[in-house]
Amino acid sequence: MTATAEEAGTTGPHGRLAACVAVGSRLLRTTAFRLALLYLALFVLSVGVILLVVYRTTAGFLEQEIGETIALEVAGLQDHYRGYGLTGLVEVVRGRSAVAGNNSIYLLTTPQGVILAGNLSGWPSAVPSASGWTHFKVADYGGTTERPSTAQAVTFTLPGQFRLLVGRDMSEIDQLRDRMVHSLGWILGVTAMLGLGGGLLLSRGAMRRIEAINRTTRQIMAGDLSDRVPRFGGGDEIDRLAGNLNAMLDRLERLMTGMRQVTDSVAHDLRTPLSRLRSRIELALIHETEDPEVYRGVLQDTIAEADRLLATFTALLSIAEAESGAKRQDFEPVDLTEVVQLAADLYEPVAEERGQTLAMEIRKGATVRGNGQLLAQAVSNLLDNAIKYTPEGGRIDLVLDGAGPGQAARVTVADSGPGIPAEARDKVLQRFVRLDTARASPGNGLGLSLVDAVATLHGARLELSDNEPGLKVALVFAAEAAGG
Amino acid sequence: MLDMKILVIEDDQQAASYLAKGLKEAGNVVDVANDGKEGLYLAGAEHYDVMVVDRMLPGRDGLSLVQVLRAAGNDTPVLFLSALGSVDDRVKGLKAGGDDYLTKPFAFSELLARIEVLVRRRGAAQPQTRLAVADLELDLLSRSVKRAGRTIELLPREFALLEYMMRNAGSVVTRTMMLENVWDYHFDPQTNVIDVHIARLRQKIDKDFPTPLIHTVRGAGYSLRASE
Repeated sequence: MTATAEEAGTTGPHGRLAACVAVGSRLLRTTAFRLALLYLALFVLSVGVILLVVYRTTAGFLEQEIGETIALEVAGLQDHYRGYGLTGLVEVVRGRSAVAGNNSIYLLTTPQGVILAGNLSGWPSAVPSASGWTHFKVADYGGTTERPSTAQAVTFTLPGQFRLLVGRDMSEIDQLRDRMVHSLGWILGVTAMLGLGGGLLLSRGAMRRIEAINRTTRQIMAGDLSDRVPRFGGGDEIDRLAGNLNAMLDRLERLMTGMRQVTDSVAHDLRTPLSRLRSRIELALIHETEDPEVYRGVLQDTIAEADRLLATFTALLSIAEAESGAKRQDFEPVDLTEVVQLAADLYEPVAEERGQTLAMEIRKGATVRGNGQLLAQAVSNLLDNAIKYTPEGGRIDLVLDGAGPGQAARVTVADSGPGIPAEARDKVLQRFVRLDTARASPGNGLGLSLVDAVATLHGARLELSDNEPGLKVALVFAAEAAGG
Repeated sequence: MLDMKILVIEDDQQAASYLAKGLKEAGNVVDVANDGKEGLYLAGAEHYDVMVVDRMLPGRDGLSLVQVLRAAGNDTPVLFLSALGSVDDRVKGLKAGGDDYLTKPFAFSELLARIEVLVRRRGAAQPQTRLAVADLELDLLSRSVKRAGRTIELLPREFALLEYMMRNAGSVVTRTMMLENVWDYHFDPQTNVIDVHIARLRQKIDKDFPTPLIHTVRGAGYSLRASE
């Protein structure tokens, strides 16, 4: 029973209230609403301050005006008293008091309080303030307003203890002030509404863009890596965020494509030697023989094939490592001169054995920031290729230039082999790609891929060009890659 | 091969028994520990000539195991085995107190050669200024080489290669060891460049003399020694 009652309660007024609170708290949680509220608070506060200043200045100005007028009048009456005596003053005060529609208040009494002239029925009981002003309520004088109004007056004592009061009915000014407060209040109210609306509108605009980013992110998480965050231009923070996200996605997609390419290549190019390996062992098992030498031969071939496979794996891993860019954190100044010299030392006898000339021109003191081992591997791969594809008696040039315009250093290896046709130059940088002209030479089609990955890692350009005849490969290190 | 007492710390049972079998067949006494804790205990309880330590072990990582041993004053040569093959991994291994680092998979002959060099190096005398094998002399100060009193001109890299071989005279040095120690290359150049260098060195060291000093060890590498 109790449970039913409670369940019923959830759909009743309490339930609706709870739902409203839930919606409210959800609204409060949105950044858009919070931003709008913050914006509104600031907006209302600043408008309030401005209105307050306007009010104080305007009201103050009116009061000051009145004060000055009264002061002038008092000075005039004093002059009159000095010139025409009490009778003259009484006459003037009576005369001025009689003017209808005048906001002026006058009262002239004897020392005993007997009224001699003026439009007030009695001396006000209010005590003058420190500044000499007396504020009081007037009910009966020939002023403009019918209702009891407030007045502001200055009182002073004439020689002979006669007392004079000169003042102004303030009701008009009070009305003006009331109206002002009223309209300023309206202004503030409208401002607050506009502020809230504008704030919501503005922050929703920004939030819509962030929501667009969220949508793209969800799309990508769902598997569509090609989606990109829309950009609105303008180059503000959100736009920059979108730009950076897109750049990040581009890089991710490139890496993913690279990885997919590797997976495909592994499937194609590692399966072949593995199946060769497998059939070789299987055949040896099928053809039973008493001769241990046959088995020994098969085993030796198997090890050689396995070693080739392992070398391919190692090369693939090196490329992947270079491409991941993780090594960049451990970059240190590398003496490129030493790297190139060492590789030249290593390969010079190999070239000589093949009757090739390895001509070297190695500039001293070329330094770049990088990974020494990867750079050494890149240079030795270039030399290895050059020696492999240059016919016997051919010439290979190894040049290391120092810093030049836009470059920190440049390693050039030029051979006199068959070269690579211009249209195939991008292709040969891909993994496992071997041109028909290269089929005869041993290799796994990973050498140039590694050089390319190492170049990218070091922010260097890999330039392939025609050596007429032969291939000219240049590794150009950008000026900012220079190590200190 | 020397009669050595070797401790193998390797968590993979199959790899451990294969290592133990191979090392025993080469004439050594082998103890096997299957995790870091047992390895640490054995290394402290017994005296070994060399330890072969897998870098990744359950219980205690190979790196920290060696660090603990070194901190405790144990200076038994350590050869790390690891599937992690990058240069940084290698540097970490050597920094932790390892003496050599071999990436899996490896040729057994490579492992044997490296173990022998490690143990021999430990037994070697103080820094020398002169190396001699049979009638071949190498002076490290004047950087000159003589055989049977005759001066032999060598290029700087040939000198470094010969120096490395003479320091490890009698032991097998593999191509990888030469690349690592003479060229500081911790990767495998595709062409067998070392063979060409050895051929050149032979031309200068052995060609004009009746007994060759540089010997080819099939399936492993080279060895510089006085006689067959």
